[in-house]
Amino acid sequence: MGTRTVIPFGPQHPALPEPIHLDLVLEDERVVEAIPKIGFVHRGFEKLVEKMDFNELVYVADRICGICAFIHSMAYCQAVEAVMNVEVPPRAVFLRTVWSELARLQSHLLWLGFMADVMGFESLFMQSFRLREKIVDILEEMTGGRIILGVCRVGGVRRDVANDTLAGIVGRVKDLAKDMRRLADVFLQDDSVKHRMVGVGVLTREQAADLGCVGPVMRASGISRDTRTLGYAGYGFVDFSPVVETAGDSYARCAVRIRELFQSVGLIEQAAGKVPAGEVSVKVSGYPDGEYHSRCEQPRGEVIHYVKGDGTRYLQRYRVRTPTFANIPALVKMLQGCELADVPILVLTIDPCISCTER
Amino acid sequence: MSVLGMTRTTIGNLLSRPSTRRYPTKVKEPHRTPKSRGRIQIDIETCIFCSACAKRCPTDAIIVSKPDKVWEIDRLRCCTCNACVEVCPKKCLDMDFRYTLPTVTKDKDIFKQAPRPPKPPESAAPEVPAPPG
Repeated sequence: MGTRTVIPFGPQHPALPEPIHLDLVLEDERVVEAIPKIGFVHRGFEKLVEKMDFNELVYVADRICGICAFIHSMAYCQAVEAVMNVEVPPRAVFLRTVWSELARLQSHLLWLGFMADVMGFESLFMQSFRLREKIVDILEEMTGGRIILGVCRVGGVRRDVANDTLAGIVGRVKDLAKDMRRLADVFLQDDSVKHRMVGVGVLTREQAADLGCVGPVMRASGISRDTRTLGYAGYGFVDFSPVVETAGDSYARCAVRIRELFQSVGLIEQAAGKVPAGEVSVKVSGYPDGEYHSRCEQPRGEVIHYVKGDGTRYLQRYRVRTPTFANIPALVKMLQGCELADVPILVLTIDPCISCTER
Repeated sequence: MSVLGMTRTTIGNLLSRPSTRRYPTKVKEPHRTPKSRGRIQIDIETCIFCSACAKRCPTDAIIVSKPDKVWEIDRLRCCTCNACVEVCPKKCLDMDFRYTLPTVTKDKDIFKQAPRPPKPPESAAPEVPAPPG
């Protein structure tokens, strides 16, 4: 047995876009144990329910995360709408579906870029971000915001999109899918990429189930579970099935996200084709009285928004359970026994969003 | 040969123009879409200082003073959510697609309405001659 050394990893590290700290206990070059520590970007957001009424809180929910912003606000609005028994117009429901899939596209392309960056494949990183920029431009044309869309409201959406614009955008996304295919081929077939990812950080199906993983981490271990199959928003009216891989290693997690890119393109096409005519929001009167758990599928996995109102304009309790929080135990498990050089790749394969986790 | 998977893209990039631009000399034009949310503009002369925008603002970035005829916005607090533009009864608020430029001070943007000339006194109603009879 070699000498044990403790190496601090983070909160500031070139491989990490956001601050998480890991104490890595090493024997020679092999990690024996990893002790995570979070809390560097805590913003006390859940305390804000005392100061902001339930309508203003949508803007806060939009800003929980800088990458998957739209789905947070959608989950919050769905929770409040369920408490207040508001029926959202069908046009708003399908527009929400289109925007959440576009948000998934840009988030997955961002992750692919970061992954290539961590592997040292800089030109692949640039290609991913070049494609992502086009998706973000499309989002700006549709909503006015690039990442933080700010279009959800309790009772519908705040911006309408003309039908011919919607059809044009579907065409542009389908064109982008050709470029994405070329990018995906490099990720899935290039030897240098495979060398860094195949067999690294294997998480078996049993471990994934025991540790309560969510999202692509769970689906890469062979568990077919996707919150979108519950049929919230417009997902009950479109045809899709969860993307599942069985290997459970970093390569499988990458493959799940790449296949989800093309699934999202298909979902955008289906949902945009079904957007009915009509209003995009209804007027909401009264205050929320009751509680509700809203579940949505983010790019990183299942997010839960819990809302409790007591009949006043201020909510009594608001709690968010984010996907990264559920995946950190799996990360700690994956890090045990890996090489020190693989730590950045393993941290990134759970697609960590620390700002979400700490709020 | 999968080692050369990236080669086609690389050669294509060598032969095409770069996607990026030489930043300090070539600045990106703002992505001009009618919906882009850059910053709030006000046409102060049509404002009636009703404070609806200040009440709706989720970040309390707007302060309105009716007696002084002053409308202030803190650009660093404003989250460009467009709520004030939607609520304005006179439609004097507008969303510009250009972003606020970086600043080194935390000054507010203050707009003051020019004092209007006092209304001319209402001229006495012309005397209507009493109908005969």
